[in-house]
Amino acid sequence: MPFSGFLGNALLAGSCIALLSGLIGWFVVLRGQVFAGDALSHVAFTGALAAAAAGLDLRVGLFAATVLVALLLGVLGERARSDDVTIGIVFVWTLGLGVLFLDLFNSGAAGANGTIAARTLFGSIFGLTAGEARLAALLAAGTAVALLAIGRPLLFASIDPPLAAASRVPVRALGLAFLVLLGLDAAEATQAVGALLLLGLLAAPAGAAHRLTANPYRGMALAMAIALLSTWIGLALSYWISGIPPGSAVIGVAVAFYALTIAI
Amino acid sequence: MNPRLTFDVPSDVHQLLSYPFMVNALEAASVVAVMAAVVGWFMVLRGETFAGHTLSMMSFPGAAAAALAGLPLAAGYFAFCALGAVIIAGAAELGGAARQAQRSAVIGAVGAGALAAGYLLLSLYGGVLESLESLLFGSILGVTRGEVLTLALVALGVMAFLAVVARPLFFASVDGPLARASRVPVRALAVAFLLVLGLAVAATVQITGVLLVFALLVAPAGIARELTPRIGVSLALSVLIGLLIAWVGLGLSYFTNYSPGFFSTTLAIVLFALARAARSLPVR
Repeated sequence: MPFSGFLGNALLAGSCIALLSGLIGWFVVLRGQVFAGDALSHVAFTGALAAAAAGLDLRVGLFAATVLVALLLGVLGERARSDDVTIGIVFVWTLGLGVLFLDLFNSGAAGANGTIAARTLFGSIFGLTAGEARLAALLAAGTAVALLAIGRPLLFASIDPPLAAASRVPVRALGLAFLVLLGLDAAEATQAVGALLLLGLLAAPAGAAHRLTANPYRGMALAMAIALLSTWIGLALSYWISGIPPGSAVIGVAVAFYALTIAI
Repeated sequence: MNPRLTFDVPSDVHQLLSYPFMVNALEAASVVAVMAAVVGWFMVLRGETFAGHTLSMMSFPGAAAAALAGLPLAAGYFAFCALGAVIIAGAAELGGAARQAQRSAVIGAVGAGALAAGYLLLSLYGGVLESLESLLFGSILGVTRGEVLTLALVALGVMAFLAVVARPLFFASVDGPLARASRVPVRALAVAFLLVLGLAVAATVQITGVLLVFALLVAPAGIARELTPRIGVSLALSVLIGLLIAWVGLGLSYFTNYSPGFFSTTLAIVLFALARAARSLPVR
């Protein structure tokens, strides 16, 4: 293997997470659920810190929290069409709760102050071990396969929900399943680019792809390609130029791609 | 001395005010809470909550850039928030033809991009670990007299502006087409309001931190809106709730050594839930 060590691990995990985020992001933008993605990323932060404060593996908290809240959003979303004030207040409370866990963790483990916040919020992809990278890659692949399995009916249900419902497509169940997959992706991507930046990996490549083509399959492929390319360029930049954090570089490149498609 | 909550109100307040840093923090928080409640009230009315969200994200690279350049953080906050307001105003003009989904993708990308840029600048500065937490989640420490004065001046300016344009702004927010027909400069008001919102966010961020701005900007107005439909009452209520949220957050933080953000946001969501529940009760 040409790339071994931490760079190889980062490339393996980062590529799989990028492909998944590009694909799922394409649906997120199509369905107008960017702010659900935002909510789940906030939850990822709180979940990870809750696990840290309780002394558990961060990933337990990440996955448990995001999948639970995804289910909650899916169930509540149908009955209560929540307005942006409610979303805003719930967001800020989630983060406030995260701060409490951060304080609890910091007072428990002296000396670790700050690093845990930086890691969860902005990612630490160069810190992944080989085992963690392989697990992240497998989970990302599994999530992507699950998404592709429901891809056709989900596309139908996203573009024309009433018609899909009339054709006996289970629109509600699909919406719920999609949110859970989005939650899984949020938990995955938090390890790579961090809870605050993963929205960029969801929104920017997909937004660019939606601007460039209306064809769904070409659009999905394009979103995945842009996400993958952003990740590679970003990782390379932060590897060769010291002082550039990988999360910032990846998101910076992705947003630059998006800005380019808006400019042309 | 270790502060201890005695539940004897005068003695607790006396303890709170026994340190200069705490007096500064309380004054700054009060000034900001009043301003944020009023600006936030108009923001909620105009449905521009997510513009406020994005503006607060912009303030993060602002603070980091100022730290890197050796300028006072406040300069970075104000400059970048004003820049953000201009960008959002421009995007709203562009967005006429774009679909709603595209627009939310742009907002998401701008927010994440701003945070990424801020983290990059902060890493270059080398001061990541100590300052990151207080930048993002606020801190009760380190508000100086000078900063309290600056905040007060900004708040005065913002309030004076809103007092002058309150009537046309309200008109334009509630019924844009009718206001335009009555020769209210709707577009100019929209841009001016975004700039003022940028100023207010830049000031609020210095108390709540980048990520918890909504505790003072959205929550008071959201709660007041649930409780009464009357304009004046709801505005006054919003200010009172804002002050309560700020004071409780700082006070409990002082006595427990946990960050103020958790207490503020928890009080905000509890009050909001209660207000919602109260409204859904049958009216006698």
